[in-house]
Amino acid sequence: MNVWLLLICMGLVTYAIRLSMIGLIGRVNLPPIIQWALCLVPPAVLSAIIFPELLMPGGTLDLSFGNHRLLAGALAAAVAWRTKNVLLTIGVGMVALWVLQAVIPH
Amino acid sequence: MPILLGVVPFGMIYGVLAMGAGLTVGAAMAMSSIVFAGSAQFVGVQLIHSGAPGMVIVFTTFIVNLRHILYSASIAPYLARLNPRWKWLLAYLLTDEAYAVTITRYNQESASPVISANRHWYLLGAGLAMWITWQVSTAAGIFLGAQVPSSWSLDFTIALTFIALVVPALRDRTSVAAALSAGIIAVLAFGLPYKLGLIVAAIGGMAIGLWVEARQSLRAHRHERGDSR
Repeated sequence: MNVWLLLICMGLVTYAIRLSMIGLIGRVNLPPIIQWALCLVPPAVLSAIIFPELLMPGGTLDLSFGNHRLLAGALAAAVAWRTKNVLLTIGVGMVALWVLQAVIPH
Repeated sequence: MPILLGVVPFGMIYGVLAMGAGLTVGAAMAMSSIVFAGSAQFVGVQLIHSGAPGMVIVFTTFIVNLRHILYSASIAPYLARLNPRWKWLLAYLLTDEAYAVTITRYNQESASPVISANRHWYLLGAGLAMWITWQVSTAAGIFLGAQVPSSWSLDFTIALTFIALVVPALRDRTSVAAALSAGIIAVLAFGLPYKLGLIVAAIGGMAIGLWVEARQSLRAHRHERGDSR
């Protein structure tokens, strides 16, 4: 697909979602089960991106101590849990990755 | 508004990653103004880089942005009296951040006796401020992107950003179940063709989360009736 066509389609999909309920006000009410399902979108989508990124950095499953991204990611998750601070989590995770890459060769 | 400053690093990281993924300057800027949704742009750039088909990228964008239906539904009553043109404009500006500050403001207002008739201007202001911040920080990232070597592993910031967003949100059994199962399915489904793994994992995770929720409320219901099963 042409990259410009792709961008326009991505934009249209995003816009349609944002306009959906504003445009339909008074005509449609979301049933509770749909609301519940939508609340689960962020944890499901984000974890589906995070897990392969941490567990299979080279494209195959790697649970060893040589997997820098898994170690740095676990540390970052602990920071996120304790502080709820987004930028601190990213900072600690990146520094941990750089240190591990320098100290433990792959 | 400190929330604007918080967005700057993400715009810059997006710009750097878009350059690393081989997008042209024009396409990288256009994605920020046409799509205007941080997480979807991060994922989109990654998928473009890995050569996923366009249909998969568009459908993944749909899944990643589905949560905006909730924002749209919760803000809709406040905008009900506006003419369609206002609604179309404000819908375009309804990002996570603009929604968060605006709904907080509206909730405070509805507690007070005087409710402003011009409150859609507040969402317009928040949305436009976000829009400008996002475009400028994307441009800064694109400019820097040419100078950042790949040995810095900046792509890891995507995973870290999402960790920072998801971990504090895991407050109940349902969301933990959805997150864990989606993650495990994503690893198992990694080899699926056309990068379909993310979509399968997200839908699977939501289904399992709903199933846990349904079982929990069923049990609570039985408990109420004194049924000892």
